[in-house]
Amino acid sequence: MPHDASTDVRARVIDAIERQVPLAIVGGGTKHFLGREVQGEPLALGDHRGVVDYHPEELVLTARAGTPLSELDTLLAEQGQMFAFEPPHFGAAATLGGTIAANLSGPRRAYAGAARDFVLGTRIVNGRGEILRFGGEVMKNVAGYDLSRLVTGAMGTLGVILDISLKVLPRPRETLTLVQSLAPRAAIENLCRWAAAPLPISASCIEDEHLYVRLSGTSSALAEARVTIGGEVLEDADTFWLEVREQRRPFFAGETPLWRISLPPAAPLDLPGEQVIEWGGALHWLKSDAPAATIRAAAAEHGGHAMLFRSPARPDSPWHPLPEPLMQLHKRIKAAMDPHDIFNRGRMYAEF
Amino acid sequence: MTISGQSSIDKRELLAALHRFLPDDVILHAREDLRPYECDGLSAYRQTPMIAVLPHTIEQVQQIMRVCQERGVPVVARGAGTGLSGGALPLGNGLLLSLARFMSILDIDPVNRTMRVQPGVRNLAISEAAAPHGLYYAPDPSSQIACTIGGNVAENAGGVHCLKYGLTVHNILKLKMVTMDGELLTFGADAPDAPGFDLLALATGSEGMLGVIVEVTVKLIPKPETARVVLAAFDDVEHAGAAVGAVIAAGIVPAGLEMMDNPAIRAAEAFVHSGYPVDAAAILLCELDGTAESVADDIDQVSAIMAHCGASATRVSRDETERAKFWAGRKMAFPAMGRISPDYYCTDGTIPRKHLPRVLRRIQELGRKHELAVANVFHAGDGNLHPMILYDASRPGELERVEKLGGEILRLCVEVGGTITGEHGVGVEKINQMCDQFSSAELTQFHAIKAAFDPKGLLNPGKAVPLLKRCAEYGGLHVHAGELPFPELERF
Repeated sequence: MPHDASTDVRARVIDAIERQVPLAIVGGGTKHFLGREVQGEPLALGDHRGVVDYHPEELVLTARAGTPLSELDTLLAEQGQMFAFEPPHFGAAATLGGTIAANLSGPRRAYAGAARDFVLGTRIVNGRGEILRFGGEVMKNVAGYDLSRLVTGAMGTLGVILDISLKVLPRPRETLTLVQSLAPRAAIENLCRWAAAPLPISASCIEDEHLYVRLSGTSSALAEARVTIGGEVLEDADTFWLEVREQRRPFFAGETPLWRISLPPAAPLDLPGEQVIEWGGALHWLKSDAPAATIRAAAAEHGGHAMLFRSPARPDSPWHPLPEPLMQLHKRIKAAMDPHDIFNRGRMYAEF
Repeated sequence: MTISGQSSIDKRELLAALHRFLPDDVILHAREDLRPYECDGLSAYRQTPMIAVLPHTIEQVQQIMRVCQERGVPVVARGAGTGLSGGALPLGNGLLLSLARFMSILDIDPVNRTMRVQPGVRNLAISEAAAPHGLYYAPDPSSQIACTIGGNVAENAGGVHCLKYGLTVHNILKLKMVTMDGELLTFGADAPDAPGFDLLALATGSEGMLGVIVEVTVKLIPKPETARVVLAAFDDVEHAGAAVGAVIAAGIVPAGLEMMDNPAIRAAEAFVHSGYPVDAAAILLCELDGTAESVADDIDQVSAIMAHCGASATRVSRDETERAKFWAGRKMAFPAMGRISPDYYCTDGTIPRKHLPRVLRRIQELGRKHELAVANVFHAGDGNLHPMILYDASRPGELERVEKLGGEILRLCVEVGGTITGEHGVGVEKINQMCDQFSSAELTQFHAIKAAFDPKGLLNPGKAVPLLKRCAEYGGLHVHAGELPFPELERF
């Protein structure tokens, strides 16, 4: 049921400040595997849920953090709209707040933008126990610093996200997926060439020597693009992309550490292990037992970075290490938002 | 965030310190040399800086910042000076840091579709350099022939194609920034994302308050195969507003969707002869882009929607020449105002589109109250309104009435759930209206973020975020839904 628990959440934060007890913010618990373990009293947001405002013709949706993502997907679909960043759920209980806190985006990301690109505004509780609103429900807004995007992807370390306003987009009129047998290197070259042309590509995946390309747009645009891209039409493509998004393809099974490596699309990545490549070549999922230092050096060499996304043992430093001056700045920003250091202490890095 | 030791700055000692590592041609301090820097695009506000520097290298910028940090000298960074909110207005006791000599394109990577440029590269020059590869840089503020990318990042500049292609923040990958203590930091990456907080987004639109941008990596996108414009005339502004909503509700995302009201139509038409119907209450310009066939499909659909929503006439651009002609009136709307009025003042609020008819009506009422004419051009697709107040600065008291009206229009934007600035920035111009939009706790949070980058408050002081004391004097401190700001947080 829709419920505004802002006052309760704020009271919990003020209480935690007074008692100097750290809090571990929990939505649906589906992203628990991401990042470092947090010590703290759970602050559950599942009760703070519901749509605050949604006018399809404004292309803006505002909802409370605890609102289930699946509920919002359904609501948007009923109006012929969608979250264009195609967020992964990683479980039925996934909430909007967790999605934004983790800045998670799916297959469409390389062609439409990431979660952070669609964030228009937020309401948060900061580490002084104040309810603050940044951004708004409009597309263009440059009043004040962009703290809405700052809290996006900060894994709850800077404040408790209460409500989020997001830009939404119409669903494409038609969708078609093409599959062809192709070596990964050649597939990436093709994807880079196609990305420099006005083609209606909305997702790509290289898996097991096969290239999958999804096209979205008007039927005439799809008919033209199909000739350029080539390959066979994939049956039941929706299931395929859902499995990619939710990491339910067979590749993602097993106990081998799973790395998420973000790179310039054309950059080569020669590392031991198996790979699935999305986002036109810019996102490599690597299953490998190679040492972290080796993997990170290979990513950094080409201007990218590597995160240990899933592993049997909880990693101590899942995210790519930050240069020291940048780490110092992160600590100062953390202190500016959360001076008593109560929110999700150590979730991203041990230092804050 | 007061500036300590403002009066104690020793200009001669500072000059000597700068001369120790900078060649003579980098430092300007004679009054006549400083005149070109006394204002930006908001020319009603003027101030001669104490000293201006035009460094050649990042190392020089770092050294300049260290020298100023040590001495407590405030620093204002400046690109091309086209900003409309006074963000680059100098300080009489401060240093003006011009990035005009950082004019090089450092690297074009057509395969990864990026370009690495210095901050003084002009917006349009980026697209021109990318054109041989079939690529371009999407954000296109009206001043794109003159404005530079460093200023675009500092203001999070937009343009007419934002609804589909986004603002500056959506179209850059990486920044290099020098902080007040002279540290060179990199935000973002060549990859689609970077570890840690999204400092790239935080820096974008920060109005020169957090650091000096010394390098930008932008994203390039493929040029659409075709673009065509539907020009629709309406006898009633409300019908035009409804048509905007109807286009978007039909699942179409136009490349541009602009509205002009009758005074703006008349002024533009008299100036550039775009073929606008001068009797219309409003026109819409709706650009569709993509493959030739999909554009043809969209054009049919949009034309039908316009007619259904009561358009009195609809025309479609037949070729590139006509498309350019349809846009010319809109793009020249500002200079067109200069022809019909000795002065004009352009402001910049954003509103939820559904409130458009109400807001336009109210703006005209407010104009009548202050005895000033207002023409409106409007990025209708994304709700960004540019009311242009016509006036004559030579008439005593008129500028004061203009500022009052401008402030009331922005307050109206906040009242309907919008914002005081969509793309021009707060600068000095809208500093008071920040008190209408934000609570004392929110403003205090902004100051804390600023202090994380610049603890002494030396970068662009007095801009973008008002001191609480200033809001108290202005009398506009925002109160959220009847809640009083927490007494323990009052700082004034």
